[in-house]
Amino acid sequence: GRACLSRAEPPARDGRSGEEEEEEEGCYQLYPGHIPTSPLQKALLAAGSAFMALCDPYRHDMVAVLGETTGCLALPNLRDKMKHHPEGYRILQERPRIRLSTLDMSKLRGLPDGSLGREYVRFLEDNKVSPDTRMPPKFVDDEELAYVIQRYREVHDLMHTLLGMPTNMLGEVVVKWFEAVQTGLPMCVLGAAFGPVRLSARKLQVLATDLVPWAIRSGRNASCILNVYYEQRWEQPVESLRKEIGIFPPP
Amino acid sequence: GDIAFRFINYVRSARERQLQRKLKNHQNLSWQEISESYQEDKFKLLGDSQVVVCDINKEMLKVGKQKAQHLGYSEGLSWVLGNAEELPFDDDKFDVYTIAFGIRNVTRIDLALEEAYRVLKPGGRFLCLEFSHVSNPLLSRLYDLYSFQVIPVLGEVIAGDWKSYQYLVESIRRFPPQEELKAMIEDAGFLKVDYQNLNSGIVAIHSGFKL
Repeated sequence: GRACLSRAEPPARDGRSGEEEEEEEGCYQLYPGHIPTSPLQKALLAAGSAFMALCDPYRHDMVAVLGETTGCLALPNLRDKMKHHPEGYRILQERPRIRLSTLDMSKLRGLPDGSLGREYVRFLEDNKVSPDTRMPPKFVDDEELAYVIQRYREVHDLMHTLLGMPTNMLGEVVVKWFEAVQTGLPMCVLGAAFGPVRLSARKLQVLATDLVPWAIRSGRNASCILNVYYEQRWEQPVESLRKEIGIFPPP
Repeated sequence: GDIAFRFINYVRSARERQLQRKLKNHQNLSWQEISESYQEDKFKLLGDSQVVVCDINKEMLKVGKQKAQHLGYSEGLSWVLGNAEELPFDDDKFDVYTIAFGIRNVTRIDLALEEAYRVLKPGGRFLCLEFSHVSNPLLSRLYDLYSFQVIPVLGEVIAGDWKSYQYLVESIRRFPPQEELKAMIEDAGFLKVDYQNLNSGIVAIHSGFKL
């Protein structure tokens, strides 16, 4: 967990020899793929990734990096919300992963229309996306929080399904508004605020008058979306799950 | 690759100047004769000069070839796949051996230097351009700060690759400093070995002769 947190600065700051750096770097790696970073590096990464994500919205890795480097307040908050909820607590213990290798796609496809599993698979196929493209975290300096952000990323597609939003720019922005209210992650807030910059005037209007108010209302009304053990609810109808969580029907 | 282009440019321009000077001295040549002499020398503008570009990585060679084609270099260039520690060339073949930002990536630098010595003709020159060490303490600290704090971040943001750029700055620190590299070059048999610092030692050019 947190043992190495206070010493997460890269020892290479003084330019010591290579062998020392490797040993210390290895000791500081809290989970596979972890890259320890100093506060200065995190600040530079946050600024750089924000800029890059704006310039090239297809750089999903930059959105991911932005989330990791700015989530130091929101992530512990989310983790605590999960800990204080029975289902969320179980998720933190069992650490389920949503991956093509762990999902039984044919079984999900066979579920009745309107069920979470069937609609989720339909969403993946319609938008030609896969749950395996979510980036593993690199710059989060706590391995439990790293899982929390990983879970958030893997649940994102389920958010699309529950909100009924496609993966075009408009749909993504709406989901970002919902997630911003739900998680408080600065990356979601920035994405929600700056995403619309690239939309046409007509879409902006629909966004502002219908979609965003609905997303905000739903986000506030709904319980924490990370506290739902989706893998055990594939058979549940989407409508019923929406009611249970508190998401209002999409306009 | 880039050094090869510069070399070819240099030889071409040197020969063009030579040709111009030759023609200037002949005041009353007819247009016919002038055009003939240009044509004749065009094919030999490079003369007998040849450049061999060698790299251990096929992809790098491919990129080099594409660049050469794009820039219009066709003659006098050959591309060879090879390992600096074990060069596929005969002894005493080359007048000059240059290696730019390459020797840092060689596992056994001493072997690469020995090979360089072997393939050079007597009188030939070895030139090496590489990242080196900054002696000025203030500049060194700023350079270290920039190297370790900024460069991997730039690698991640621009190329999505933190690890390669972390490796880069670490490998620069591991590389022998100027005097040590000079000693290694002397050990390989080179004489009149010297170095020149660029940018206070961020980069250095080492030179040695096979005599």
